[in-house]
Order: sequence, then structure tokens, then C-alpha cells
Amino acid sequence: MNFPILSSLILLPSIGALFLFFTRSKSENKITVKYVALFTSLVNFFLSIYLWFLFDQTTSAFQFVEERVWIEGLINYKVGVDGISILFIVLTTFITPLCIISVNNSVTKRLNEFLIAILVMETFMIGVFCSLDLVVFYLFFEAGLIPMFLIIGIWGGARRVYSAFKFFLFTLLGSVLMLVAIISIYWITGTTDVVQLYELGIDAKYQNLLWLAFFSSFAVKTPMWPVHTWLPDAHVEAPTAGSVLLAAILLKMAGYGFIRFSLGLFPSASEVFTPLIYALSVIAIIFTSLIALMQEDMKKLIAYSSVAHMGFVTLGIFTIQQQGIEGSIIQMISHGLVSAALFLCVGVVYDRMHSRLINTYGGIVTIIPKYAVLFMVFTLAALGLPGTSGFVGEFLILMAAFKDNFLVAVLASLGVIIGAAYMLWLYKRVIFGKLINSELKKMIDLNKSEAFTLTCLAIPTLYFGFFPEPLINTIEVSISDLINTYNYSVASK
Amino acid sequence: MINNIELIFPEIFISLSIMFLLILGVFKKNSSKIIHNISLLVLLITAVITFNETIGTSRTIIFNESIVIDYLSSFMKIITLISAFVVLLISSNYLKNFKIFKIEYPILILSSVLGMMIMISSNDLIVFYMGLELQSLALYVLATFNRDQLKSSEAGLKYFVLSALSSGLLLYGCSLIYGFTGSTNFNVIATQFNTNEYALTFGIVFILVGLAFKISAVPFHMWAPDVYEGSPTSVTLFFTMVPKIAALTVFIRFLYVPFLNLIDQWQMILVFLSIASMLFGAIAAIGQKNLKRLIAYSSISHVGYALAGLATGSNDGIQSSVIYMTIYVIMNLGFFSCLLMMKRNNVYYEQIDDLSGLSKNHPLLSISLLIILFSLAGIPPLAGFFAKFYIFKSVIEQSMYFLAIVGLLSTVVAAFYYLRIIKIMYFDEEKDSYDKDHSLWLKLSLTVSTVLILMYFVFPSELIDAVSKINII
Repeated sequence: MNFPILSSLILLPSIGALFLFFTRSKSENKITVKYVALFTSLVNFFLSIYLWFLFDQTTSAFQFVEERVWIEGLINYKVGVDGISILFIVLTTFITPLCIISVNNSVTKRLNEFLIAILVMETFMIGVFCSLDLVVFYLFFEAGLIPMFLIIGIWGGARRVYSAFKFFLFTLLGSVLMLVAIISIYWITGTTDVVQLYELGIDAKYQNLLWLAFFSSFAVKTPMWPVHTWLPDAHVEAPTAGSVLLAAILLKMAGYGFIRFSLGLFPSASEVFTPLIYALSVIAIIFTSLIALMQEDMKKLIAYSSVAHMGFVTLGIFTIQQQGIEGSIIQMISHGLVSAALFLCVGVVYDRMHSRLINTYGGIVTIIPKYAVLFMVFTLAALGLPGTSGFVGEFLILMAAFKDNFLVAVLASLGVIIGAAYMLWLYKRVIFGKLINSELKKMIDLNKSEAFTLTCLAIPTLYFGFFPEPLINTIEVSISDLINTYNYSVASK
Repeated sequence: MINNIELIFPEIFISLSIMFLLILGVFKKNSSKIIHNISLLVLLITAVITFNETIGTSRTIIFNESIVIDYLSSFMKIITLISAFVVLLISSNYLKNFKIFKIEYPILILSSVLGMMIMISSNDLIVFYMGLELQSLALYVLATFNRDQLKSSEAGLKYFVLSALSSGLLLYGCSLIYGFTGSTNFNVIATQFNTNEYALTFGIVFILVGLAFKISAVPFHMWAPDVYEGSPTSVTLFFTMVPKIAALTVFIRFLYVPFLNLIDQWQMILVFLSIASMLFGAIAAIGQKNLKRLIAYSSISHVGYALAGLATGSNDGIQSSVIYMTIYVIMNLGFFSCLLMMKRNNVYYEQIDDLSGLSKNHPLLSISLLIILFSLAGIPPLAGFFAKFYIFKSVIEQSMYFLAIVGLLSTVVAAFYYLRIIKIMYFDEEKDSYDKDHSLWLKLSLTVSTVLILMYFVFPSELIDAVSKINII
């Protein structure tokens, strides 16, 4: 490995941000700063596509590994990707430029700082998915709080302060226990290097507590019921681009963490706690779907639907079967695309009418037809219609769940039905029906940049719905290896 | 007897300078500026002498075993000198504004620094007490330095009365220890004491109380918020850092040299002090409106973390405490530089609400303060996180999970009030802008501390290497 491609991916957005920071005084020229940010994130995107292209799908070993001594004898800076993480990196670099394109209307003040925050956020998000050292992981995982706090707090809606604080404190509270666990692992095994830890294994008598400590962090971030309450608030108050980042990528950190750390490092504890995860996931799926049904605010509805979708993800991960975990990863990617698109859709009408309430709208299909079509694609993808990426993930997860536990699978399937209900009902109330509010007649259809971002999201959503092979091929070997190791260590216990 | 005198050159040099400056001040009219500058030079030269003469020496005990020179003492002395230097450097405009730019100010700072250097090197209860009183007496006067203001005089008086009480307790503890071991020398005590003697434990407790008072650990913190609020801001800056470095060193020496074997007795006390300080500091700061009071509570909770490292009873713990204090000093310097910049029409503002909307008028100042505050809250990848990380690493090594979890949970509570300041700076409506004609040194100190905090993660090993030579046990 000559060219440090992963470190470049991590550092590039920050360099762009630094550049923006120093051009701050001349920032009157809004277009220029936006192009700088866009350029940086696009370069990053193509770099990550190149990475995916180079990626060897036939091995589960970590690739593009870079290792440097960071704190002598304590922490090594170590990054690398395998089948599990690479898709998330591509997702991150794909969503970020779309966010930057979408800031047109939603961010009116301090555009420069906003773009800096987004780029810094990208650095941290990619860092989370690459890092192969627990401390480095923790560092990136936590550091993401700072830009997100500012994004919600500075550019958010009316109750932004409350939401920003809630987001920050909830996540921090969950994470500190993980830090205790990471340091404990260091003293138990003598290393925080994930690859070495996979080989060494952790003594089963410590695993339960360590698992719980990691769980406390990931559960808040996922978010799982009952600690999901920060998410609706954060989503509703965040500006569109912030909601998109939050839903599309931040939530995936936890799902990724469950696969990489909870399953990988603590197999026997994962077995012990699987019923807990099942119970919480099923509650999340059904309970939050019902809540979503009753929402009047479009963003809140989508936020609750995110909780439900993440319930599927955790359910799939802890079936600990090939299909289940594959389904979870595809579900996360799909949810990343679809929820991002849905938030952008809400952003589109919000920018025009300055209302997120469902009953403001109705009957706009004739006024903004292009929007109606794209919105429909994503609505259907969110409810998991065959032919969209949402279907593939949910289907695989449910299949694995049926093999493992019939009751759980039936209940989860019930969630799918409620999910269809609230999404379709949302679509009906917003797009169809009688045009009562006469102000709506002034609405203009999608402009070029909006149409472009939404189409960019629609293409992979549909493509992976019909041809999920590229995704499955990438993750297959890594997951089967993970499951083999898991079964081996559970059996040998 | 006169051997090794070069090892206390720094102390000798600083005492001679104090006398010289006093005489200069008496005989030369309007000499405050020149004395100020000479004092800066003296501090710098002393730091250089300390660095050159003693940092390489292995542990040497001189003057009838009453003074110890080792890596720890040199390291702490240099930190003390440098932070005193920066305090003096950035306080001149503030003092001029209140018309208290007098010759006494730098001289008092020099004398208290001399006291601290003696404390840091002490290997004997009497020497230690002497140093402590020298620094305290200078600090009482410094607290009242703005004597036309009621609050400043009140602060000085409060500090004096309470500090005298704690010195009394401390002396009583010394006499108990002397009575039961027959010596005041740390090394002799270490060989003489009888573990079954409960009175000895009493002595240790009394001394710990006195020391806890000096570093304002809960429950001996009552004086800190009032004194910090009342004293002139530049003096508050001095209070929050420099005496704590010295007192912490004495903590290390006193607990780890003579009484390491009694760790069962004092570990509980330290754990209690640490937990109480971390939690109380975090919770009490939430309701504060004045930035100086807030930073008083925040410093109480930071002291709690430093004590957590000491409670471990291991060399790792000591090192992590020293790292913590070093990073804390840098963060504090940055924070107070910001505070000293909040000036409009010759009035200094120190309420939290005065920061409202700072980010619009002063983007650079507020981004620095943002970084400093996140670092104080211990959020990665800033320096404050690493400080806490090392502490908890050494705490967990000793399986003190309760301490670690309480400590980390109190960082969450503490994060709330740091976030509140950030919220006021970034989310609230703006007020009038502040003056921008700050002295170059003030800007420099803010920039340097911010960059150090922000960039610490790039070179984390340097500080660890520097500290890893500290070897007490």
C-alpha cells in the first residue's frame, strides 16, 4: 500500500474546511464558497468510488490498512476497510455533496460556517467507519457531536436550543460508558487494536458488562426505544441538510458499531443479550410506527419512521445469520438514501410554504407534478415496495427472523404493514385530495438543483432494488466470516 | 552542606531579584512599567535556569534532606514559572484600566512563585509550611489588590481568614505527625512510623484537609467562588492555576513518599474528595451567571479529576494527574485570555449573558472560546479529552470502576454548562461589539493556547514523554 487512500478520504474534507475558514473574510461571494465545498466533497466521492473499485471482494481481511504509532505504546492510528465498512464510506461521501447542493434555500445566514461544519462532520463520519482502533473509533464517534450540535443549534428551527442540548447530552451520556469499556479492554487484553482483538478474543466473564457499556452508546445513537426521544426533536429542528446527515449517516454509525464491535468482540455476550435486542427492536418497530401514524408534522413522521427502520436493522443484525446481517446493511444503505431523500422532499415544500404541518398541504399533485412523482418513489421505497432498495433489506431481515424466532418475525411484519399505512397516508394527505389552501397555488415545481439531488438519490434506490448484487457481493464474504468466527467462539464456550 | 547549591540557583536568583526590585521600586519614581518588565525577564530566566540546571539531575536530596530536586520538581517549577509569566504578560492592560498597575503586583507574584517553588521542592514538613505561608501571604494581598472595590477587599479578607484556619489545621497535623514519628522529614517519617498508630492517621487527615483547602477540593471549596469572583480577573487567572500546581505537587510528595504504605487509609479520602469535587463542581456551575464564578466551580471539578489520578496510588496515576494539570493550565490561559478581551469603553464584562451573540461580531474570538470550552468539557479530539482519557486509564488500571464511572458521568453534567456558554455565544442575539485593540500578548496567548488545544491530538506523545520521567514510587 503506497498511497494512503483512507487517510486522504478522512483528511480531505477537513482541508477543504480549513480552506473555507481562511477565506472567511471575503465570504460575501456565496457561490464561490459553495463550489469550494462541493468540489472537495465531490473529489472525496470519486476517491471513495475508486476505493470501492479497488476493493477486493473475495477476502474478509482488512484492506488498505494504514498503521502509525500515535501515542507511544498506547494507541496506534490504524485505519482499514472490509466489506462491512466500505459501503458506509461510499454512502457518506455520496450524501455529503448532495447536502451541500441542497443548502441553497434552507441556510440563509453564515453559509460559510455551515459548509465548514458539514465538511468537518464528513471527516469524522468517514473516520468512524474506517478506524480499526477502539480509541480512534471513540474519538471520531464523539467528535461528531461538536459540528452536529452547532448545525442544529445555529441553523435550526424554533426549538433548536432544546433539541441541540438534548441531542448532545443524550449521546454523550451513552458514550461515556463506552469509554470506560474501551479502557477496560485495554487493561484486560493489552491492546485496543480491533484486528488483534478479533484474534485474541476477550474473556467471556468480562463480555457481558463490556457489551452493555457498548450497547448503552449504540442504543442511544441507533436510536432504540426507549432512548430514541432525542431523534424526533433533533430531526425536526435541524436544517434540512442537518436532518439528512443525521438520518442518512449518523444513525448508521450505531448499526455499524453493533456489527463490528458488539458481534465481533463480544460474541458470547451477544448471544446472551439477543432476546433483549429482539424485544427492543420489536417494540421500536411497532410502537414508533404507531406514533408515526399520528404525527401532524412531516419531519417528525419521518423521524419516527427512522426509528422503526432502525428497529429492523438491529433485529436483522442480532439474528446473526448471513441473510439477516446482509439485510441489515442493505437496509441501512437504503434507509440512508431514502430518508435523506424524504427529508429533502420535506425541505422542498418547507422552503416554499414555511410549514411542515401535513394539513397545510393537500392536492398539490397538479401544481408540482415532478415533485409528486419523486416523492412517490421515495414513499414507496420507505414502505419497502418490491423493486426498491427498501424491499431487499426488509425482506432479507424478515427471512432471517422467521428462521430464528417466529413470533418476533410476525410482529415485525406487522410493523411493515403499519409502515405502509403511515407512509401512504402521508402521501395521500400531502399530494392528493382537494386543494383547500389557496396559497399552495403559488408553489413552483422543483428547480434544477432540487431535481438533480432527488434524482441522484432515486437512481440508486431503484437500481439496488432490482439489482442488489453489487452490494451483496461486497459484503458477503466479510459477513460469512464474521458469522463463522461468531459461531466458533460461541460453540467453543 | 554547601554542596549542590547550584541546584537551588533558581530560588536564589528569584529571591535576590525580589529584593532588588523592591529597592528599585522604593528609590525610583514611576517605575512600575520597568519593574513589570524586569519581573517578566526574571521569571523567564528562572525558568531557563531551572531547565538547564536541574531537569537532567537524578533525584537529589540536599540540605539535611529537607529539599528534594528531581524531575517532578523541575517539571512543576517550569510550569509554574511559565504560567506566572503568561499571567503577568497578559494582565498589564487590565491593571492599567483599573489604575492598579503598581510595582507591588509583579513583586507579589514573584514572591508567591518563590513560595511555590519551595513547596514543590520540599521534603520536610517545616520547609513545606514555610513555602506555603510565603505564597499564601502574597496571594492574600493579590486578592485585595483592587482595594477600592468592595468585592476585592472582601475576597482578600475571606481568603485570609479561611486560609489561616486551614493553615492552622495543617500545622496541627504536622505536629501530630512529628509527635508520633519524631521527625518532620519525609524520608525519616517513612522509616519511623508505626502503622498501628491511629493518631498518625489523624495527622494525615489534618494535613490533607489543609491541602484540599489550597486546591479548593470539595468540601473545602467554599472560599473559591467568592474569592475568584471578587479578585481582579488577572489575579483570578493566577489563582485558578498556579497555586494548584504547587499544592498538587505537595499532595504527591506527601502521600507517596512517607505514607505510601498507608494507602488504605488515605485512598478513601482522596476518592471521596475527588468524587465530591467532580460532581459538586459540575452541578453547582449550572446555576451560575458570572463567568468567574462559573470558572471557579469548573476549576473545582477539574481538581477532582486531577485528584482521581492521585487516588490510584500508582506512578501512572501521578503522571496522568500531572498531564491533566498541564493541559488544564493551557485551557485556563485560553479561557481567561477571552475573558480579558471582553472590554468595552474601559469596562470589563464578566457575566455569561455578556457573551450573547459574540460569534457575529467576533468570529475568531468566539471560535477560540468554542474550542476551549469543548476541550474543558472533555470532548474529543481536543486536548481536554486526552487529559481525561489518561486519568481514567490509570483509574481503571487499578479497577476503580466506580470512580471512573462517576467521573465520566459528571463530565456529562459539566458538558451542560459549557454548552450553555456556547449556546449564548452562537445561538443568541448579538449585543454591542467589544473593543478590538487588545495587546499583542493577549492575542498571542489566546492563539497559542487555542492552537495547542486543537492540535494536541497530532503530537500527543510529546507531553507523555516529558511526563514519563516522573518517577516517585
